[in-house]
Amino acid sequence: MIDVLLITFLITLFYMAIANRLMTYIKVLAIQGILLFVVAFLQLEEINPLNLGLILLETIVVKAIVVPVFLVYILRKNNITREAEPFLSNFFSLIITTLIVVLTILLSNTIENTQLDKIFFIVAMSTLFFGLYLIATRRKIITHVMGYLVIENGIFVLSLAVGNEMPMLVNLGIMLDIFASVLILGIFLNKIGDVFKDVDVQQLNSLKDV
Amino acid sequence: MTLTYLIGALILAIGISVNRAKWLNYTLVGIFLLLQWTFTVYACFHLGETDLGYFTFDSLGILLLVTLSIISIPAMIHSRIYVENHHESGDVRAIYFLAMIGLITAVGAGYLANHIAVTWIFTEITTLSASALIYHHRNKLALEGTWKYVFICAISITFVFIGILFLSLSIQQSGTGHMSYSSLLASAPMMNPFWLRLAFLFIFTGYTVKLGLVPMFTAGVDAKDKAPAPAGALLSSVLMNLGFVGVFRMYIIVANTPLHHWANLVIGISAFLSLFVATVYMIKVKNIKRMLAYSGIEHMGLVMLGVAAGGIGYYAAILHIILHALVKSSLFFQFSQVYRVFQSKSIYQLGNYFKYNTTGAMVLLLGFISAAAMPPSGLFVSEFLIFRSMFEAHQLVLLIAVLLLLTMIIWAFGKNILKILFIPPVGFNENNVPRISPWESVTQFILLAAAVYLGLNPPVEFVQLIEQSLILLPH
Repeated sequence: MIDVLLITFLITLFYMAIANRLMTYIKVLAIQGILLFVVAFLQLEEINPLNLGLILLETIVVKAIVVPVFLVYILRKNNITREAEPFLSNFFSLIITTLIVVLTILLSNTIENTQLDKIFFIVAMSTLFFGLYLIATRRKIITHVMGYLVIENGIFVLSLAVGNEMPMLVNLGIMLDIFASVLILGIFLNKIGDVFKDVDVQQLNSLKDV
Repeated sequence: MTLTYLIGALILAIGISVNRAKWLNYTLVGIFLLLQWTFTVYACFHLGETDLGYFTFDSLGILLLVTLSIISIPAMIHSRIYVENHHESGDVRAIYFLAMIGLITAVGAGYLANHIAVTWIFTEITTLSASALIYHHRNKLALEGTWKYVFICAISITFVFIGILFLSLSIQQSGTGHMSYSSLLASAPMMNPFWLRLAFLFIFTGYTVKLGLVPMFTAGVDAKDKAPAPAGALLSSVLMNLGFVGVFRMYIIVANTPLHHWANLVIGISAFLSLFVATVYMIKVKNIKRMLAYSGIEHMGLVMLGVAAGGIGYYAAILHIILHALVKSSLFFQFSQVYRVFQSKSIYQLGNYFKYNTTGAMVLLLGFISAAAMPPSGLFVSEFLIFRSMFEAHQLVLLIAVLLLLTMIIWAFGKNILKILFIPPVGFNENNVPRISPWESVTQFILLAAAVYLGLNPPVEFVQLIEQSLILLPH
């Protein structure tokens, strides 16, 4: 069951690679939050109830509801156009995403240690590199934020893999999530939208050496 | 005592944020400096003890904590001068000092943390307080700098967290679930090398944003450019040392495993690339503040080359980061006087500084001699030892390449600084130049003199502390 959910998670990345509209990205992020909720619920059996409650709160409330609602609010408030404006075509985007996944699978085959479920490693690393790819190839600043949120989801998958042995690390991951989301989205909501009207990365090139 | 320190700093910070009265703000900042020094002295007298479970007063932590406390006094003095000269409103002043206290406290606690996750948490807090300082001017450029800094730091701390997760996988075989540095060191021989490699790569990459090395150095340069000069002094000295602590404590663990040579290779490549990047930008850069920031990247590259070479290089590396912190912060403090005279950061509009502010120009000249590691600068000693360690490690080709790059850096650095000091700027109106009191430069002279003294004639206790912090490394 966990495997099926994680593979579904991987498929959402492919969907994100070819999506054109920002609303689709937000919906995918919400779906990923729900998937993480179910995975966490099934995976973490040995954890105490209080901790489990915290994790569920983080996945369902923060990842699946609060952050998407917040992103929609930012889109509306700043009148950001709905296109994602990638630098590369969807075809290349799909090929690169596939390459990322294949390379992580190859990397995971070199692991000899049996303590980690390989699928967690594959999904987490693919998500991490896909998030970096998303940040590098989209024109809008808001898509950078979304890329970062995708990376955070990947990290959450990885922390679930060690969650039964070290619940402290899962809590730290949640802390990172909330801290970084509040900081980044907070700056975005309050400042970036007001100052940079078009919210395009091309505007962020005034700091120069010459 | 650590708890008292953290809570005291928190209360003082809250006190500053709720109160706008000028005299009260400065009194609270004064009390904070007193608290900082009380804590430092307490830590010195309790060397080797563990406090609050997660903080150990070990020798590396103490050395850097004392450096931090020394730099924090002139930082606050120059912050006051800066805030007064800009006639900042009460809100802006309160947020500025709040962020300064937050930054100093988080850096200090990060030095002493004995648990890898606690170091990580305090590194996150420094990102938060630094972003408030970078956004001080509240204009478009400051926002761009803040956004880039926050975003790259967020990705970097995520990388460190991934590294910690991999580290937890690598110690599962040894059975201990603790991730304090001492228990990690104890289980080092049993660690799974595959996970340890990944862990080291991610943790190293993550901390380079604070340390100022390739690949994550870019955000730090923008941050030091946009932050007010007294805050930039902290960002380019003590905060870089926090990145060094994060990397070095992890390096000690890896050095005790068979991956020692591989880790040296990783650090060496990153350090050499940093030197190369610093050279390229130093030749090109026209903004004096960014030039100082790139010079910081060069010095951190040298420090990491020393670590990678090993032997006497470890000693030189720790000596070098302490001396570099003293020298580079004094140059940044001097920059706010330069800016008051010329109202510009561009090399084209600066010049003939000796005529307008003789004392300040002396600081700039001596600071340049120190930062370029010419004798009698203390950095000369540490750089010489780094080169010796590379020579002893039979890295002759690398050494020659590094020396060539350094020659170019000194040429570019000297060209710009001497232009500021002696060549009159074109179209500069002399009538509006403010008179700057020579007393403002006293703290900078003290910092520069301390760097010379510690380098040429280090006290016995100082040498002992450095040697103790290297005791866990294999010989």
